[in-house]
Amino acid sequence: MSPRPGFVLEVDRSTPPTLFWHGEGFRLERLPSGSRVIYAPEPLPALKDPDAAIRHALESPLGDAAPLRSLLRPGMRLTIAFDDISLPLPPMQAPDIRQRVIEAVLEIAAEVGVDDVVLIAALALHRRMTDDELRHALGERIFNAFAPYGLLTQHDAEDPKNLVDLGQTDQGEDVEINKRAAESDLLVYVNINLVAMDGGHKSVATGLASYKSLRHHHNVRTMLHSRSFMDRHHSELHSSNWRMGTLIKDAGVNVFQIETTLNTDTFPEQFRFLQRREWEWNLRDRAGFLASSKALERTPPEIARRIFHSIRAPHQMTSVQAGEVGPVHDRTLENLYRQQLVPVEGQSDILTMGIPFICPYNVNSIMNPILVACLGLGYFFNLYRGKPLVREGGVVIMSHPTPWAFNPVHHPSYIDFFEQVLSETTDLLEIESKYEAAFATDPWYVHLYRTSYAYHGVHPFYMWYWCAHALSHVGKVIVVGGDRAAVRRLGFTPASTLSDALEMAEDVVGRDPTITHLHAPPLLMADVQ
Amino acid sequence: MKALVFERQLARFAASRLASTLVGSGLGVGVGPLELLEIDPFQLPGSGYVRVAPRLAGICGSDLATLDGRSSRYFEHIVSFPFVPGHEVVGDVIGGALDGRRVVVEPVLGCEARGIDPPCPACSNGDKGRCEHIAFGDLEPGLQTGYCADTGGGWSAQLVAHESQLHLMPDHVSDEAAVMIEPTACAVHAAYSSVHTASGRRVVVLGAGTLGLCTTAALRSLVLPGVLVVVAKHPEQRRLARALGADHVVEPDEVVRAARRLTGSLGLGRDGGAIDRLTGGVDVVFDCVGSADSLETSLAITRPGGEIVMVGMPGPVKVDLAPLWHREVTLRGAYAYGSEDTPAGRRSTFEVAQDLVEDAHLEQLVSGRYPLERYEEAIAHAAAAGRRGSVKIVFDMRRQPRDRDRHSDRDKETDET
Repeated sequence: MSPRPGFVLEVDRSTPPTLFWHGEGFRLERLPSGSRVIYAPEPLPALKDPDAAIRHALESPLGDAAPLRSLLRPGMRLTIAFDDISLPLPPMQAPDIRQRVIEAVLEIAAEVGVDDVVLIAALALHRRMTDDELRHALGERIFNAFAPYGLLTQHDAEDPKNLVDLGQTDQGEDVEINKRAAESDLLVYVNINLVAMDGGHKSVATGLASYKSLRHHHNVRTMLHSRSFMDRHHSELHSSNWRMGTLIKDAGVNVFQIETTLNTDTFPEQFRFLQRREWEWNLRDRAGFLASSKALERTPPEIARRIFHSIRAPHQMTSVQAGEVGPVHDRTLENLYRQQLVPVEGQSDILTMGIPFICPYNVNSIMNPILVACLGLGYFFNLYRGKPLVREGGVVIMSHPTPWAFNPVHHPSYIDFFEQVLSETTDLLEIESKYEAAFATDPWYVHLYRTSYAYHGVHPFYMWYWCAHALSHVGKVIVVGGDRAAVRRLGFTPASTLSDALEMAEDVVGRDPTITHLHAPPLLMADVQ
Repeated sequence: MKALVFERQLARFAASRLASTLVGSGLGVGVGPLELLEIDPFQLPGSGYVRVAPRLAGICGSDLATLDGRSSRYFEHIVSFPFVPGHEVVGDVIGGALDGRRVVVEPVLGCEARGIDPPCPACSNGDKGRCEHIAFGDLEPGLQTGYCADTGGGWSAQLVAHESQLHLMPDHVSDEAAVMIEPTACAVHAAYSSVHTASGRRVVVLGAGTLGLCTTAALRSLVLPGVLVVVAKHPEQRRLARALGADHVVEPDEVVRAARRLTGSLGLGRDGGAIDRLTGGVDVVFDCVGSADSLETSLAITRPGGEIVMVGMPGPVKVDLAPLWHREVTLRGAYAYGSEDTPAGRRSTFEVAQDLVEDAHLEQLVSGRYPLERYEEAIAHAAAAGRRGSVKIVFDMRRQPRDRDRHSDRDKETDET
């Protein structure tokens, strides 16, 4: 039986309660009759022989690229960059897709006799990956072959010796990227396209760039003009990256892009109920839900966090394409939309969403309040094509405990941003003009980014900018079940229950509002007509 | 006359200390050595002395430390028992040339008040706070009015004060403003003592009780630091700190991070990511708390070669002084007042403080008034002032006993104004 497409349910009196993610837990909520619930399409079937598919993609590239083998020669400098810990979510069961692809590339390189090969984790301004995380992403064989010899590196956006300025785009945007990558004879980029924002020229132009370069598109103006940043053709974020990508190509950097897509098979067997529609829950699903919920009620938050972060997703690869960046990414998006797109008729007054335990920036870490805002108002709000799911002036209701808690190793500048910047103002432009430069150049954050496992000092600003479109679009943001002080610090309104939140929302949007619930993850993208 | 009298009773002293330790500061008064008594008015100790009937008398952090049994034994030889506490006083002169005039008492009992002539070098220079004779002369030992058995103190219907201690209050200065002059003078003195090290520099004020807020106002008005960060625990304290001139207001557990970010310093900490201390830091810290924790924090955030000014009265504390030594930090006390070198020349600290109280509207810090009879409530309130959204709690002697009785219900409703 072929997988069913995405689905928009209209809630009526017979509809069972709807599952809302709530951090490291869940809530069952009764939505008012007439509300809509958007469900992701069921997982597409995996590629039957992923290794063969990868080999085929490398041998039959798209666009003007030649087959990978013909681009390789003995004595050349080959660099393989790959997406970092932020993808996929949750981390996938071994073997990771990056391992499969890079092993295939290395096999061909070895056959041809290429021996100057360096691997680079494309961190941009993310934290460095631990050895265990690298082992998981690349597999033991690659890790052991490269890491001991210093050939498995992580992009350091603050290492002036390993950055090269390639010039400016016609819009005056600086393009400064990893020197080894730029000066290699061939740069192979291995991507995982979990959401439509990923991939394309963004892979190199963002993943291997410095702050000097990133600030041209990671800013408030760009995010306000990205509607949405999940829709490349209506995203200034992508336009800027595409301009940079063109410059990178014109500067002589030879990029061979390999992109992959995954199906929506997100949770392992014990959490299978999380990706089933509630009215179809069987006895086992109900038992799974009850057992998980009851156990989590009695579990201290840090233990619950550890349990959830140990989840390895059974994601399977649905496509792989390689070659020239543009054509590859176009094909990737087709495949991604095939899995994630759900047609939705019109906007609603209120958009509800359950915020899960994980986002791209807290793998093996704490989902701090800034990341809660970013996942809800950045990622989930922008999971649309056409128009946002909520009308202008409408209300977003998020469900998450939003603890006033931070991982001081991973997110040191987030703490200061939350304690000091957000206590002064939540205004995007004021924050950007008044505080960004100081955080971005703070030597302590730079030190921690380079030597510890810290996100760059400027990173919390980017997370806040990610919310720009939503914050300028909606009339109110309400967080259900969150730490009230933390929620208020974000500038949002706390509510104890969903019904309280809906009542508060009526003050903004009027009586009998239309309501849409984004039932994710598993991830989906609303195609709003 | 009615007076709150502090007796030397070791058993009650111990009980008070135990109670304050077990149930909290200010809550051991009922079992401690402070009692509301009917006593005879004090004798005038010598020429130049007058009687003063207090209108308002503040409850200070040092009073609370004394009542809690937490104050240092250092003071044993420079106080005399029994004494009537209260050194923040505005009142009316009774008798003599100044009869009926409203005055603020400058409480330091220096050479002149003690009939010592010639005065010590400090008193000669107008630095009364540094008087070398506070246990000698015509009076029993006592560093200030409110700690001397011969003078009485503000927590009573009447005290005696030397005319050199009196500052006449013009009509436009309210009683609430006047009672704030003494604590403000402490802050003014602390601020001026660091004018060369703090002006234009990065300064942190630890604590936002009365002393912290007055120091904030004094620094903003008199010293003009480059950046002024105030550490405040409670919401009302944070609001007031901002209103009085803080550039940044942070909570106690945020101060190390705030100082680090402000100074671009690096941090030293544990693997878990917490920062214990900075490699650099701010130029001057005004410690308006005076605890081991606050001193430790001060040492963690003061740059090498920087300065810590202890404004809050410390007790015995155990602190690792290695950073003081290694970073060549100056630790300095700032006690009381006298005269200050101001841009307008040498002026009495109280005069400068009066100006500051008026300019910064520090009367707004007076947030609770109690009759003497309700001293236990008053002291409990003062000890929990920050938590209860209050700052300065005062005894209010302006009402006659029958008025107090009549208004007692209303008092209960309006105490926390």
